[in-house]
Amino acid sequence: MLDDFMIRATLAGVAVACATGPLGCFVVWRRMAYFGDATAHAAILGVALALAFQISIFIGTMVVALVMAMIVATLAGRGWAMDTTLGVLAHSALAFGLVAVSFLPAVRVDLTAFLFGDILAVSRFDLGVIAAGSGLVLGLMLWRWQALLTATLSEDLAHAAGINPARERMVLTLALAIVVAVALKIVGALLIAAMLIIPAAAARNLARGPEAMAVFAVAIGVVSVVGGLRLSLLQDTPSGPSIVVVAALIFLLATIGATLVQKRLTR
Amino acid sequence: MSLISAERLAVAYGGRQVLFDIDFSIARGEIVTIVGPNGSGKTSLLRALLGVVGPTQGRVTRAPGLRIGYLPQRLHLDPGLPLPVARFLSLPNRQSRAAIAAVLARVGVPDVARQNMATLSGGQFQRVLLARALLASPDILMLDEPTAGLDQPGIAAFYRLIAEMRAELGCAVLSVSHDLHVVMSASDRVICINGHICCEGAPQVVRDAPEYRALFGLGTGGALALYQHSHDHAHGAECTHAPVPEKVDNA
Repeated sequence: MLDDFMIRATLAGVAVACATGPLGCFVVWRRMAYFGDATAHAAILGVALALAFQISIFIGTMVVALVMAMIVATLAGRGWAMDTTLGVLAHSALAFGLVAVSFLPAVRVDLTAFLFGDILAVSRFDLGVIAAGSGLVLGLMLWRWQALLTATLSEDLAHAAGINPARERMVLTLALAIVVAVALKIVGALLIAAMLIIPAAAARNLARGPEAMAVFAVAIGVVSVVGGLRLSLLQDTPSGPSIVVVAALIFLLATIGATLVQKRLTR
Repeated sequence: MSLISAERLAVAYGGRQVLFDIDFSIARGEIVTIVGPNGSGKTSLLRALLGVVGPTQGRVTRAPGLRIGYLPQRLHLDPGLPLPVARFLSLPNRQSRAAIAAVLARVGVPDVARQNMATLSGGQFQRVLLARALLASPDILMLDEPTAGLDQPGIAAFYRLIAEMRAELGCAVLSVSHDLHVVMSASDRVICINGHICCEGAPQVVRDAPEYRALFGLGTGGALALYQHSHDHAHGAECTHAPVPEKVDNA
């Protein structure tokens, strides 16, 4: 069964959606959208370094993403103006990555695969790593859920309850780095943040509680992956962007639907 | 022994010293109120006692296993986070439906369990925050300007509720306020701060202290005019706090 590249691609996409669903909710709740962007864009630099030093691309992207996420978190902690700082970091990371890749012999690097994903080329080994990484993130989210949610609501409330908000931030940072490493193959560095934010934002329209929102986000992510792959196969469109297009359409429908329902309720 | 104490505490934000030389302690069951003008470091003191900000000097000691019920001044709710009241009360510890219903009824908002936090009125919101603090079976309630945004009867009712809770649970109450007229009547001890401790003691002592008067001025008639407002509510059988001493005439 795993010999079929479409099945491998679908399973890999579904695995990533299971991790990006709950993590994406925290990205939305904590207004970390740009934070996710900066971390994901740094992945290209990770790819260049991994190829240069001949280490695993998963390891390379994860380490660079983690370093980037920690830099951003530190700057945020010092009260820098976040949108400007993150804008500088996100685009610099991408530019440095692209320049670094250009130093490598061209035959070894298919840049578009890293920028836009290459889900159809997921190997058995890749699938194993993606499933393990996604499972790890999902496990982290489930384990820390109550503490993460409390710290997200108010750091003071968390402190009063004996929860250390800095530790919970670290959990999210680590989870983000892992997701960047495993999602690179699926949607590419440019669109990883989209997989985090769009399903969660669409789910916000449907959910009445935080857990429901996370579950809806996973469901929307899974539908996007399956629908995007289908679109890619039928219309020969690039697979990563196709997945994001489907997610964006779901977001649009969910938002319109929620607005209509609300109008009817208030009338 | 004291629940929380601070010795020669100093706190700074971004190089600016906001608190210095603070010696503080609160005992089980005590009601202590911190008053001070805006920017005097009231909230910083509370946050330092909670452990949110570390001291730049001195130290804070909390009793081991201390359970704190904390009511923040504000709670910023991101509109992206759907949060029904019942779910909020289950943070960070899961609560049974019965426990949630009971505590909401106790604080006087029995019908809001399924409502989204964002749709609550100011008064309901404060009571839900109190309900959440109570679910922790606190040794101490810490309130940061708990009545900001409430009207006069709302403030009086809220403080009456706090007094009832304290009588039921026997917990200490540490509040930060400039609602002088209400807090002064209910407090065992008032601490007046402005970066450092200006004066402290029983409400009447503080009210008459020259340091306090220098901070809050006499132009408004000082604390006395405000203080008389506390007789606005009736001291009937349902009232649990001790009768407010009649106005001390020191004119």
